[in-house]
Amino acid sequence: MQRASTTLQTTPITRIEPSKGWVSLQLRELWAYRELLFFLIWRDVKVRYKQTVLGAAWAIIQPVFSMIVFTLIFGRLAKLPSDGIAYEAFSITALVPWALFANALSQGSNSLVGNANLIKKVYFPRLTVPISTVLGGLVDFAIAFVVMFGMLLWFGITPSIRMLALPLFIMLVLITGLGVSLWLAALNVQFRDIRYVIPFMAQLWQYGSPVAYSSSLIPQEWRWLYGLNPMVGVIDGFRWSMLGTGQISWSSMLPSVGIALFLLFTGALYFRRIEKQFADMV
Amino acid sequence: MSEIAIQVEHLSKQFRIGANAFQKTFRETVSDMMLAPARRLRSAMRGQGSQAATKEFWALRDVSFDVKQGEVVGIIGHNGAGKSTLLKVLSRITEPTTGSALIRGRVGTLLEVGTGFHPDLTGRENMYLNGAILGMSRAEINRKFDEIVAFAEVEQFIDTMVKHYSSGMYLRLAFAVAAHLEPEILIVDEVLAVGDAQFQKKCLGKMGEVAQNGRTVLFVSHNMAAIRSLCQRVVWLNQGTVLKDGPSAAIVNEYLMQTVTSSSSRVDLREATRHYDYGKRFKINDLTFNHGEPILHGEVLNVSFNYEAYADVYGVSFGYGFSSLEGTRLMTVDSDLNAPRYLIKRGQHGQLTSTLDTLNLQPGIYLLDVGVRSGDGSALDYLPGCAQVEILPGPTTPASMSRLDYAGNVRLGGQWQWPETAQEDRD
Repeated sequence: MQRASTTLQTTPITRIEPSKGWVSLQLRELWAYRELLFFLIWRDVKVRYKQTVLGAAWAIIQPVFSMIVFTLIFGRLAKLPSDGIAYEAFSITALVPWALFANALSQGSNSLVGNANLIKKVYFPRLTVPISTVLGGLVDFAIAFVVMFGMLLWFGITPSIRMLALPLFIMLVLITGLGVSLWLAALNVQFRDIRYVIPFMAQLWQYGSPVAYSSSLIPQEWRWLYGLNPMVGVIDGFRWSMLGTGQISWSSMLPSVGIALFLLFTGALYFRRIEKQFADMV
Repeated sequence: MSEIAIQVEHLSKQFRIGANAFQKTFRETVSDMMLAPARRLRSAMRGQGSQAATKEFWALRDVSFDVKQGEVVGIIGHNGAGKSTLLKVLSRITEPTTGSALIRGRVGTLLEVGTGFHPDLTGRENMYLNGAILGMSRAEINRKFDEIVAFAEVEQFIDTMVKHYSSGMYLRLAFAVAAHLEPEILIVDEVLAVGDAQFQKKCLGKMGEVAQNGRTVLFVSHNMAAIRSLCQRVVWLNQGTVLKDGPSAAIVNEYLMQTVTSSSSRVDLREATRHYDYGKRFKINDLTFNHGEPILHGEVLNVSFNYEAYADVYGVSFGYGFSSLEGTRLMTVDSDLNAPRYLIKRGQHGQLTSTLDTLNLQPGIYLLDVGVRSGDGSALDYLPGCAQVEILPGPTTPASMSRLDYAGNVRLGGQWQWPETAQEDRD
C-alpha cells in the first residue's frame, strides 16, 4: 500500500500511491505502533469489565458452566472415555483454551466493523485491530487458567515438568485464533453475512475438536487428517502438559502446527490485500 | 524552509457506489441474491468490490499541488467538492485510485474531534487512548498532561467517565488532546464546525499558534474568516479538481462571489452535511423564506421550517441567524426568547412558522445558520452556514443604502428629539 522509508532518521518520507496485488505485511510499522496495540487491548478489557455486572467473573463462568454441562451429558450420561481421569478435569483443560479460541473467533472477526469509526478517521496499521482483540482474550484466559489450575489440584492432578511446554500450546491457540480472525475480519467487511456464520461455525468446530471426547478415539491412520484442525494440536497439547495423559501424537501435532501457521500467514496477506478498501466499506 | 513537504501528483480517487443503494425491485434483489454470491466471491478474492453491480464516481480527479514546509494551506470548496476525500488520501486512511503523493514528515490527522473516545472510560483514560490513536506516545501525553487538562478546563472531572460530560466539556477535552499533537504536518478537517463561539475562538487561537511554529498545515473549513486569518494560500476544489490555487485573500473573495446562490428562498437540508449526531434525533428537512418570495430589507421576514422527529424530544426551541460570509454572526432569531418550548413526539413531522416584523439587516449576501435545541441545551440539529441568502433592498430601503459600507450591518431610524434651535431642512 504505502512505502515508508527513513532518511537520516529525521524526516520520514511516505509515498502514497495505489497498491497493486499482494502487499507486504509491514511488520516493522506494526512494531512502531505497539503502544497503540497496548492501548486498544487495555481499552477492550477495561470497557468489558466496566460494562458487565459480573466483570471478570465471566471469564470463569463460561468454561466452568460448559464443564458442568459436558460432565453431566458426555461424562455421566454418554459415559465417553476420558483417558482414565475425572471427566471434570478432562473437559476443563480443553474448555479453557477453547474459550480463548472462541473469543478470538467471534470478537476478532467483528473487530474491524466494531472499530469502523476509528478506521474511517485515523490512519494506523489496520492489523492492530484484530491482533489487539485476540490478545485481549489472554486476560480472560489467565483468570480461567488459575481456576482450572485450582480444579486440577483438587482432583489430585499435580503439575509436572511437562507444564513448561504449555506456553507453546498457548502460542498455538493464539496463532490459530488470529489466523482465522484475520480471514473472517477481512471477509466480514465485504460480506456482512459472515457475522451470522460465526456462531454456527464455532459450534461445528467444537465438535470437530477433542473438547468433549478424547482424540485417542480417532484411529491412528486418520490422525493426520484429524490434525488438520489446529485446535486438535492445541487441546492434545494442553491435556498432555496439564494432565500428563498419553503421548503427543506427532502425526496430528505436525499438521496442526503447519495449518495454524498457514492460516496466520495467508490470513495476514489477505487482510493486507483487502485493507485498502476498509475505510471505504465499513 | 522552502523544502516541499507535500507533493501531490495527478491524484485521483474513484468510489464505487453499489447499485443496491439505488432502488431495486424485490424480485431483482432475490434473483441477485441467488446468482450473485459466486460472482461476487470471485471478484472479492481478486481484491475488488462487486464491479458488475456498481456505479462509479470520481471524488478526486487529477489533483496536483505542492505544499512547502511551514506553509499553511486552506482547502475550500462546496460540499462534495472532494475536500474530505483529499485529506483522507493524504492521511493514508484511504488509498488513491491513481496518482501519487509524497509526504515528508510525520503526519497528524484531525478529521473529527474525539475519534476513538469511549463513553465508559474516564477523561484521563480517554486522553491516553485518544493520544495513542492520534500517534502520541504515552511519555508525550505524560509530559503534556497538565497543559491539556488546563486547556480543556476539565480539572475536576478528569476522573469522571466522559459519558457524564456535557457536550461542551467533551469537545474541549477532545480538541485539547488533538491540539497538543506535534507532528511536522497537521491535517485538519472542519473541526471548528462544532462547539460554541467561545470554544471556536479558543480552537482558532490554538490553530494559529500551531501555524506560527513553522509546521505545515492543511486546513479544511467553511469558515472563510478562519481560512483568511490562518492561511497564506488556498486551494479551491470543485467537483474533485483544483479550480484555483493561490494567495488566500484573492481566492477567498473569488470563492465568495462565485458561491452566491441567486436569492433562492427555499433551502433543502435533507442531505446537508451534518456533524456530530446532529439530525439523528430531530431533523430540519427544509425551510422556506417568505413563501418562496425574495427576502426584502425593512419588510416582514417569514420563515417556515419543515421538521421531523426520530425520537421523543423535549423542551424544543428553534433558531436561525444570519452571519457575514466570514462567519461572524450578525443577528439571531430564537423561538424560546420569552416564549415557551415544545415537546415533539417521535415520528411526528410538521411545519413551524416564524415571523419577524421588520428585517433590519442591510441588503447583502449572508450565511444562514439554522439550529434546533432540546431542553437540556444540547443541539438536536445544527447547520451553520448551510446556505447563502441574499437580502434585497425593499420598498422602504433608501436608494443609497446598499452602498453605505460605513453603516455596518444594521442601519436604523430610531426616535430623535431635535433642539428647537434646529430647523427642519426640506430641500
